[in-house]
Amino acid sequence: MSNHYNEMWRSLGLNLKAHDQLLQALPPTYHDVYLTQTNRPQSMEYFDFVVNEIHGLRIQELQEHKKKGGKVIGAFCVFVPEEIVRAAGGICIGLCSGLEMGTAEAEQVLPRSICPLIKSFMGFKLAKVCPYFESCDLVVGETTCDGKKKAFEILNDYVPVHVMETPQMKKGRDKQLWLEEVQDFAGLVQETTGIEITRESLAKAIQEVNGKRQALRRLSNLRKNDPAPISGKDSLLIEQIAMYDDVARFTAKVNELCDELEQKISAGEGAFPPKTPRVIVTGTPMAIPNWKVPHIIETSGAVIVAEEMCTGMRYFENEVAEAGSLDSMLENIAARYLGINCAVFTPNTGRLENLENLVKEYHAGGVIHCTLSFCDPYAVEANRVEKMMKQKGIPFLKIETGYDQEDAGQLKTRVEAFIEMLR
Amino acid sequence: MYAGIDIGSRTIGMVAMSAGQIKQFRLEDTGFEPTDTAQKILDGTYSRIVATGYGRHSAKAEFADDIITEIKAHALGAAWIFPGVRTVLDIGGQDTKVISLNEHGAVIDFLMNDRCSAGTGKFLEIMSTALGYNSVSEFGQEALTGEGTIKISNMCTVFAESEAVTLLHRGAPKKDIALALHASVVERTVGMLQRAGFKTPLVFTGGVAKNRCINSLLATKLGVDVLVPEEPQLVGALGAALAAAKDGFTA
Repeated sequence: MSNHYNEMWRSLGLNLKAHDQLLQALPPTYHDVYLTQTNRPQSMEYFDFVVNEIHGLRIQELQEHKKKGGKVIGAFCVFVPEEIVRAAGGICIGLCSGLEMGTAEAEQVLPRSICPLIKSFMGFKLAKVCPYFESCDLVVGETTCDGKKKAFEILNDYVPVHVMETPQMKKGRDKQLWLEEVQDFAGLVQETTGIEITRESLAKAIQEVNGKRQALRRLSNLRKNDPAPISGKDSLLIEQIAMYDDVARFTAKVNELCDELEQKISAGEGAFPPKTPRVIVTGTPMAIPNWKVPHIIETSGAVIVAEEMCTGMRYFENEVAEAGSLDSMLENIAARYLGINCAVFTPNTGRLENLENLVKEYHAGGVIHCTLSFCDPYAVEANRVEKMMKQKGIPFLKIETGYDQEDAGQLKTRVEAFIEMLR
Repeated sequence: MYAGIDIGSRTIGMVAMSAGQIKQFRLEDTGFEPTDTAQKILDGTYSRIVATGYGRHSAKAEFADDIITEIKAHALGAAWIFPGVRTVLDIGGQDTKVISLNEHGAVIDFLMNDRCSAGTGKFLEIMSTALGYNSVSEFGQEALTGEGTIKISNMCTVFAESEAVTLLHRGAPKKDIALALHASVVERTVGMLQRAGFKTPLVFTGGVAKNRCINSLLATKLGVDVLVPEEPQLVGALGAALAAAKDGFTA
């Protein structure tokens, strides 16, 4: 990213020196992980461009939106309904980060042993290196884990945070609670943007976001083919970009990519040779630029065919049903989001059933469970997943790791040995 | 001839085979230039070389025809020496692995310790030095004569070392501390074996398998026979040689 964004970054209050270091770290990583892949679809060019401009052009677009009086709302979780933000004229962006950054600053307010995703978002805010954070008029948290829930109290010292209460079960009263949270959120968003949500605007937003989900599901379905038409790394990248790119443009680009992949499939071409061992990755989200485990997997002789994660299927499975009245639309939104199989729920049997089906549908030979260090909900739930996998005779590997690279050698041995088992 | 080379963190092992027989074997310290050391050990002509161990990728870049993981290598090697083996415990210089095999000798599951060196060969080496022993084998030998009066509670290499030193200062007998340190390694290993749902026959490989104290504590604690090959440090190289021969085309 060139220096001509310097003025914009300065005006956002970024720490330019620290920000420069961050930008310098990214291109070599991206080159090694992404640009060295062979048989990449041509249409990945757009997504390469978007990553390259992650702190440039997209931030400029957000600033232009703000100049016209528009608002930007940041979120940390796939439970925050983007439809509502868009219906009130706002732009919704994901703020999670997959990079160790501002650790020293974050550890002034957080315990040392905490989930790297939490430490990272706090670090990005306190070190003033995230132009997305600095573009936000409102930041929305949720109660999907104790670490995040309590960290939002601290984050609120630096930026206004609205916390949505996500329930822990899916009973009738939980549904009622969540619906009220969604309704309150709609009220708050309208206050923030100063634009009233109408039946028309919400219906349009629902259609747009459903369109984005449909495009991502189309891509996902194409990955059921052998040879896999696209790498898991490229697919993950697209799923990560989905959280912050312009919705209409992104949807069109994903569909263009799918057109190309369909041609590849009819020509019998793939990103990997036919009969390459296929794995499904499940667990905690992999926020951009966390490509650590997928990179190890795909450079060890396997291809990832699905991500049962928030940066993956949990983000785009199920749609919001369209409806006539504003109230029923909000109800449908609440219902769609409560269908997400997050490990915060107890029990979370939906995730297990879904995984078993995915293994069949995507012809996967095994499942790799990836948990971020100190993520209790997923690390504990891994036991349920492992038990089910063993019962079904599905090869299973469990990995717990953070954003650092110091365990990369050992992880590589484990992943390679797992893939040897699948052959 | 087919060669297998196991480039580990502490030692490099080499086994060469022909017509299903071991023809040569060697074991050297890894030193500071593992790939160079490995190439020096491989001084014959081989129709195929398979590398394993943490240095396998560099070996492939330099000279090896193919690579397999230590997990597969130890399973292949152990099953060749002890046909019918169902569990392989490998404790090397910096990691511990428990490998489950099915009745046909194929790997069906494995556990490996996370990033830290607790309970591995490196742990024993550091403790041996901390207690002033000349060698790890002397350390193991002495531990056999110790009395089980002390318990070392720390698994972390750094904390366990300071715990051992504190005990020394308090006047605890050195051989009792030595025994306690061995017992802590065994306790951790038994936990891993149980998590893996280990089955017998159980084969113990890697440098730590040479430690008689660990062996005897392990057998007592598990209540089963622990099979140790004659050269436990060469099982990985043997597995790699077997892999080289299996996919090879000439004898």
